[in-house]
Amino acid sequence: MRVALFATCLVDTLVPQVARATATLLQRLGHDVVVPAGQSCCGQMHVNTGYRREAVPIVANHVRAFAGADVVVAPSGSCVASIRHQQAAVARRAGEHGLAEEAQALAARTYELSQFLVDVLGVTDVGASYPHRVTYHPTCHSLRLLRVGDRPLQLLRAVRGLELVELPRAESCCGFGGTFAVKNADTSTAMLTDKMADVLATRAEVCTAGDASCLLHIGGGLSRLRSGTRTVHLAEILASTDAPPGQFRASAPGRSAELHGGGAR
Amino acid sequence: MTAVHLGMPKAQRPTLPTAPAGVGNLRGDRPFPAAARDALRDGQLRANLGAATTTIRGKRAGVVAEVPDWAQLREAGRAIKAATMARLDEHLEELERQVTARGGTVHWARDATEANAIVTALVRATGADEVVKVKSMATQEIGLNEALEAAGITALETDLAELIVQLGEDRPSHILVPAIHRNRAEIREIFARTIPGVDPGLTDDPRRLAMAARTHLRERFLRARVAVSGANFAVAETGTLAVVESEGNGRMCLTLPQTLITVMGIEKLVPTWRDLEVFLQLLPRSSTGERMNPYTSLWAGVTPGDGPQEFHLVLLDNGRTAVLADEVGREALHCIRCSACLNVCPVYERAGGHAYGSVYPGPIGAVLSPQLTGMSGDENDPNASLPYASTLCGACYDVCPVAIDIPSMLVHLRGEHVEAQQRTTPEAAAFRALARVMSHPRLWRLAQRAAGLGRFLARGRPTLPAALPPPASAWTRARDLPTPPRETFTQAWAREHGA
Ligand code: SF4
Repeated sequence: MRVALFATCLVDTLVPQVARATATLLQRLGHDVVVPAGQSCCGQMHVNTGYRREAVPIVANHVRAFAGADVVVAPSGSCVASIRHQQAAVARRAGEHGLAEEAQALAARTYELSQFLVDVLGVTDVGASYPHRVTYHPTCHSLRLLRVGDRPLQLLRAVRGLELVELPRAESCCGFGGTFAVKNADTSTAMLTDKMADVLATRAEVCTAGDASCLLHIGGGLSRLRSGTRTVHLAEILASTDAPPGQFRASAPGRSAELHGGGAR
Repeated sequence: MTAVHLGMPKAQRPTLPTAPAGVGNLRGDRPFPAAARDALRDGQLRANLGAATTTIRGKRAGVVAEVPDWAQLREAGRAIKAATMARLDEHLEELERQVTARGGTVHWARDATEANAIVTALVRATGADEVVKVKSMATQEIGLNEALEAAGITALETDLAELIVQLGEDRPSHILVPAIHRNRAEIREIFARTIPGVDPGLTDDPRRLAMAARTHLRERFLRARVAVSGANFAVAETGTLAVVESEGNGRMCLTLPQTLITVMGIEKLVPTWRDLEVFLQLLPRSSTGERMNPYTSLWAGVTPGDGPQEFHLVLLDNGRTAVLADEVGREALHCIRCSACLNVCPVYERAGGHAYGSVYPGPIGAVLSPQLTGMSGDENDPNASLPYASTLCGACYDVCPVAIDIPSMLVHLRGEHVEAQQRTTPEAAAFRALARVMSHPRLWRLAQRAAGLGRFLARGRPTLPAALPPPASAWTRARDLPTPPRETFTQAWAREHGA
């Protein structure tokens, strides 16, 4: 299948290895990956901060960039949720009915990674190997807007060598919330503190999730604590194999890949 | 949204009056982030709230899970509310006809000031200088106790938690459990200090505390001549009012005094008697986590020789009509005040109810209060900060028994707030500039390259310095930020694939 990859603005700019992992994984599963050059952002941050009018040209750019795609995959629950639940509404509100229709049609062809793998491709064992102790945080938008359910867990359970430990109070929000982390920094930090305590209680080496933004938040906090536990995106785990170097290797715990940044030192 | 066509295009929509300032308890004096900061420092408060919300969440989840048709019930609740709002004016007039036909008197109050004046005059006419009160959000919203006090009338709260708040000269922090921020030891201290003639050996055993309150209240119920209540529901077709409660103190107030005055928001009515069937199933399971609440009191007008012989119903607008005019925001009027959304809210759990400034805290408060009062374009308007007091995690929507999509409403109100701003704030300027960049791929690539310049700040370290200038400082105070990569993914891909 020819799959268009939407890297998302945050992953592309700050954690490109997550997009790389997504591409590697899809290619390994035999698919043809394209990365439309005109892509930037889905508009979610603008909409959720109150700038819905300003978001309209961003949505238009997104729709233009992916116009020729049969199917779009993104390694981000919240961006896909915004594409599915906000883009068309924002365009419609601005009176851009043509754009709204195109956005809606594109949304129907857009998938979050775990949903794409399990529902569209019908695979749970992607041939990955990741010999580490891992806990999974079900990010709010994947959980409640996209209803990904246990798809990420199905995928993780099939990874060789991976020891999956349950996260206590997994369904509570980590406190990121986009601009909430800045506008309500104190409350956000209080929520993050509780999430980190739960992550650390699992004694996992790695906390994973399907959203790079939440992971940046949790990982940034864990890194500041010098906790030794770090965050790795689901796509990176699924992309990693025990093939010799030269193939893709996910940033492993303790071997802080330079690109990933939030290394435990 | 359902197909209800009350909303007019913005340009033609007349500005409807919102709840007036200076009266009632719908506004705090500080924006949410500042008020929350103080609350977060209170370790006892956080422990009390964490324990209480965790318990009630578990109870609710248990009793909701045992109802096989919960999803259908919830949809029925949502549909009844939506249909009621679409013809609210007609239902209200029907309610007035029915209440009047059964010997009650209906009063219409445009806002808090009018409602307080009506109730004060009614109490005065009876000659009483003391009233007993059933727990009611509407009377707190309008600041009725304060208004009565100014007129020399003492209002006694009879709900146990409200009594704790009143005796402690405190403010309620939850719509169902107003003293949720207090633990047993604190309550014992308040009782020992304020209840006249209380047993000096009073312990913090819940039963002993309840008995102390009971002795204190009994005497007042028996001598009260006037009671003031709110209402959970009013049935238009029969003129019936409904109050649901757990303690029986409400039942005492509703039956013993000679005169009963009920203050009710205009959105509380349901068209038919049958509609109660749906809500009386949804409400107790969502609020207290009980299958059925212990006391459901229903009355219509007056019954000679039985219960109050004089009944007044005060119908309160106080900004509700303005809320009804907003096609997205009007859903907030569907709320049946079960408080399930407060109990699951991660922000409420940390910051507590007082941080919201209004008597309606938590997720529903964050959408209801700013709509009732209106949001000024002023950045320091406390209620304009409320729609931002959420991570949009969606837990509130999932538990709401009438399926109010609070997250979408929060996003809508943020949009309304931004669009009401008179001058271009630095934030707006930044978001506009970013929107321009993000909608032009060439500019976006340039901006991404500029982000890579952050590598200079990092000087080879994996994370950026912990002390970045604002607004980034709000992030870096507690979290590291990774050093931006040398190359973005799309750049690398284009290079490799020769695009
Ligand atoms: S918004 Fe829904 S969950 Fe919250 S108090 Fe109202 S009815 Fe209950």
